[in-house]
Formats: sequence, C-alpha cells, structure tokens
Amino acid sequence: MRYNKKSTASLKSTNVALQYRKQSRANMLWRQFKKNKGAVSGLVLIVVIILIAVASNFIWDYDTQITGMNSLERLLSPSLSHPFGTDHMGRDVLARVCYGARYSLLIGFSAVSISMIFGAIIGSIAGYYGGRVESIIMRIVELFLMIPAILLVIIFVSVFGTSLLNLIIGLGASTIPHFARNARASVMTVRGSEFVEAAKAVGASDLRIIFDHVLPNAFSPILVQATTRIASCIIDAAAFSFLGLGVPAPLPEWGAMLADARQFLRDHPNLTVAPGVAIMLTVFAVNLIGDGLRDALDPKLKK
Amino acid sequence: MRLLERCANDAISTNSERNTGFEGENVLEVKDLRIRYETEDAVVYAVNGVNLTLKRQCTLGLVGETGAGKTTTVLSLLRLVPSPPGVIASGEIIVNGRNVMQMSSRELQQMRGNEIAMIFQDPMTSLNPVMRVGDQIAESIRKHEKVSKKESLERAKETLLKVGITADRANDYPHQFSGGMKQRVVIAIALACNPTILIADEPTTALDVTIQAQVLEMMKALKDEYKTATIMITHDLGIVAETCDEVAVMYAGRIVERGTLREVFKETKHPYTEGLFNSLPDINDRKSELRPIKGQTPDPMKTYPGCVFVERCPYAVDACFEGYPDEVQFSDTHYAACKGYNDKSFHIMRGG
Repeated sequence: MRYNKKSTASLKSTNVALQYRKQSRANMLWRQFKKNKGAVSGLVLIVVIILIAVASNFIWDYDTQITGMNSLERLLSPSLSHPFGTDHMGRDVLARVCYGARYSLLIGFSAVSISMIFGAIIGSIAGYYGGRVESIIMRIVELFLMIPAILLVIIFVSVFGTSLLNLIIGLGASTIPHFARNARASVMTVRGSEFVEAAKAVGASDLRIIFDHVLPNAFSPILVQATTRIASCIIDAAAFSFLGLGVPAPLPEWGAMLADARQFLRDHPNLTVAPGVAIMLTVFAVNLIGDGLRDALDPKLKK
Repeated sequence: MRLLERCANDAISTNSERNTGFEGENVLEVKDLRIRYETEDAVVYAVNGVNLTLKRQCTLGLVGETGAGKTTTVLSLLRLVPSPPGVIASGEIIVNGRNVMQMSSRELQQMRGNEIAMIFQDPMTSLNPVMRVGDQIAESIRKHEKVSKKESLERAKETLLKVGITADRANDYPHQFSGGMKQRVVIAIALACNPTILIADEPTTALDVTIQAQVLEMMKALKDEYKTATIMITHDLGIVAETCDEVAVMYAGRIVERGTLREVFKETKHPYTEGLFNSLPDINDRKSELRPIKGQTPDPMKTYPGCVFVERCPYAVDACFEGYPDEVQFSDTHYAACKGYNDKSFHIMRGG
C-alpha cells in the first residue's frame, strides 16, 4: 500500500513537471491575467454581453419587435412584460438595448481591427527601416494627427454618407496614426535585438523578419492600446449616432437610442437609463480587460 | 610552465598532423578591408586594412582586445555591418570564389546562413522569445532549400539531436531552456544548412566555465562532422589553444600577426602578441604580479601616421612613428607587421 502511495505521488510530480514544460506564452499570460480580479470580472462581463448580443437574435423578432412600430404600447412605464418600459414607437427598450449590443460590439471591434492592422503595418515599416522611410511615413502620420479624430470621422461620414459601414471605416481610419506611432516606438525597441540580427544572418528577408520576429515581440503595447481604444470607439460611435452621423434611425444603436429618448427626458427618464447603463458597463468591462492585459504583459510588474 | 602554454603544447602536439593538412583551396579571402562608422560627430575607423584567408575545414582564431574590430570584420563577411553608420570603404571579400561586395541583396540573403552562418555571443538574446525553437531552426532550412514545412521541422529535430537535445523539445520556447542549451540551439540553427564557413563570435563568453568546455567540445566534433571552416572570435587564448589551427591577432583594426597555432604561440614575433601572453597569470608563480600591456588602446577616431602599437610598445624605435609597417614574412604561413625586423638582429623576448 505504502509503495503504491509513493508511486502515485511521484507520478503526480512528473505530471506537474510535464505540465510546466508544456506552458506556452499564452498560458503564462493567462496565469498572470487570472491574478487580477478586476480584469477577470471585466472578462466575465464582456462574455455575458457577447452572449446576450448573440441570443437577442433568437429571442426577439427584428422586424416587428426591434424596428417595427406598435402604436398601442407607446411610452409605457416599466412593468413585468417591459422591464425598462417602451419607447415612443412602442418598442420594448430591453429588447432594443440587448439587440444594440450587437452594433456596439461590432463597431468597437471592427473599427479597432482596422486601425490596429493598418497602424501596426505602417508603424512597423517605419520603425524597422528607420532613416528616410521613417521620416516620410511619420511626417504623413503627424499630418493626420494634427486634425482632431472626431473631425476626420465627420468629414468621412458626410462625404460618403451615414451608414454603419462608413462609421466603422471612419472610426477605424481616424486612429490609424495613433496606432502607427505606438507600433513604431515598440518596433524600434525590438529592431536592435540580437535575434533580429541572427535572423538576418540566416538569410531571412525583411518582410519575414518584420512579421515573424519583430512584430510578435513588439505586440503587447499595441494590444493594450487596442483594448482601451475599443472602449473609446464604442463611446465615439454612440456620440456620432447621438449627433445623427452614425447608425441611421431604426437601428437600435445605443447612442441613437439615447438621442431618441432625449425628447422624452422630462416625462420618461427611464428611456435613457437602459442604453446609458449598457454603454457604461461595456466600456467599463473592456477597460478592465485592457488594464489586466497591460499588467499581465508587462514583464516589470511580474512577481 | 604557464598553464596556457601547457594547454597549447598539448593542443599543438595533438593537432600537429592537422596543422600541416591545410593545403586545400581558400574558402574565404579578405583583401585590404577597411570599414568605418560615420556619425554626425565623428568618424570611427573600426577596420583598417585587414587581410585574411581561410582554408577549407580550417579553424581560424581571431583574437584581440575589445574594440579591436573583430566583430565588425566578421559582420562584414555577411554584409551585416549596420549601415548607416557603417561604411565599407574598400576591400574585397571573396567567399567560395564570389565577391560578397558585389552581391545583390537577394544573392546576399541566399548566401547568408547557407554559405556563411554565424553563432552569436549571447544565446539569451539571439533567440526569438516568442517562437518555438524547432520553428527557428526550420526557418533557416526552409529559406535555403525547397522543402515542405513538415520536412523542415523533421530536419530541425535531427539537427537538435546532433547538438544533444532530444527531438521532443523542438516544441518548446527559448525561455524553457538553460543558457548552455540555448547556445546549443543557436549552434543548431547555424549548422542547419551545412554552411562552408561558420563564424563563432565569442560563443562561450556568456556561459559558465563547465558549460563552456561542453559547448566547445561539441562544436569541435560537429565541425569535423560537417567539414566546416570556422572563424572563432575570442579573447580567451586558452580557447584558441584548444580549438584553433591558425591564429590572427587583431589590434586597432589591423591584423598584427597571423600564422599557425604553433607559430603564433611558440614563435611569437609581434610585440603585441607577446604582451598578450605576458598579461596572463602564471600558475607556477602565484605571487608574481600580472604584467598588463601599459597604456590604452589607441583612439579609433584618430588616424595614426605610424604603427598603431607604438605608444605601448617596449621595443619602439624612431622609425616606428613613420608609416604603418609592412607585413614581414617568417614562413609560408607566418606574418607579423613590425618594423623592428628591418634590423636583422632584432628579436623579442618570447619565442624564437
């Protein structure tokens, strides 16, 4: 018996050792991330919001309940069947807010993907080559940085028309310069590494070095910037919809819902609460994740 | 007898037949190589007219103080001198009969890793931390040979086995290896494409002594197996005695003495080489003080009219201040750049 016990114990310890060896970078990141309670709750919150966004499509009928009109049930106060009441078109506010998560998340993630991808490419080319290439690229980037991002989006949307797609492209394009600057800075710290020189010494091409060796090592600041940028993108999108430059009317985007509810603010303030809280919670969750990622990726903060 | 000399004697006696066995063709010829770094404030003359030859399968030790231009010289063989600020002002570098200076960037990429491979000084930083080591070895293979991804990974695992690492560790990341094992991986990357010339830039400086011996032993065995010519950069004369067939001593961007291991160690001709040997501790006379070479290495931002070593040379005469000395030939392989030998009776204290 005793012998058996011993052997299982040693088996366990080899298992632990094996597991430790199999740890990849992603695993280490997750372990570090888990320690931050705020970040984990942010992650849980965002997962719940994503689930709601996905489920809303199956719970409510888009044409009748989300964008349709029901004149019998206009401006009802909160009740069991309509927990947040109904709006001036007689639509259930809860349904619209839940459905609206789809737009906010879509805008946030796709706009940031656009700016991150292009910003990272432009910035890493500038940072890697240096010299004249860098000067030319960065001067152009700075030219765009001079114009406020909001103005850029307004110009873009008013030229190409208001639509969801144009809003996403506009929001994405307007922050490419910020990402390019950040990417350039972090690529420059990796560019001089010995492993980059080693990659050159085995005959790797410049493109290969940038995408296989430099960018993956320079990526953490860019990723952190992306998460915080998602939050501000969601707010910006709401702001543009509120101003009538974002998502067109019947779509249940949170900012647009706020704009619609504004005219009933005195008699039916409950209409503004739901989309407002929804924006706040989503932004809060994304920011928490961003903070957690920054801490987990920063080697200096590791214990 | 000094420890080093004992080592050298052993090495020379075991290497003696190899020493004479290098009648083969030159895989590398460097002629009058001059490199300078041009910054806004100053011009640094890093390499000032280096001549080198390397025969097939021969190991050449490149020794000298920090800042003597050793690393710049070998980086230029791969055309990897950072530019700007580095400028290769003149010189010919002929690798396997082709001039590296005239290669297009595509030809250079094909040559790097395939004909000349390099082992870097610090294994901690010369591996990409976010890439599996197997992929890093396979990258070089895939670059130079038309093989599938799977095949290149298989080859990578075989190479890992050659440097004494089990194949299943190919899926691990560099941080999961110890320093010595990382250096083995770096060596595996360098040898993956079976290069004609291997450059090892202080391959053991970052390792502790017990691992140093292992790694050197392994490099020696692999060098014989792959039939690679090697340039070994080091400032450890013990390592030179252990591993090299020929030695070139560099000082202030010039090669002041070159010859076979025996010639440079036993029949030292140049005062600087003598100074290097004198500054080593003596194992039999532990109480004796070290005898360093007096003074500092010359300022690389200045050009000197005479011999670069003249300020520190105990044998300096007036002629040494005018014009850099020509190389004096002592045997088919042994050269030293010293004006002292214009006088037939001149000899230094050490050697013959």
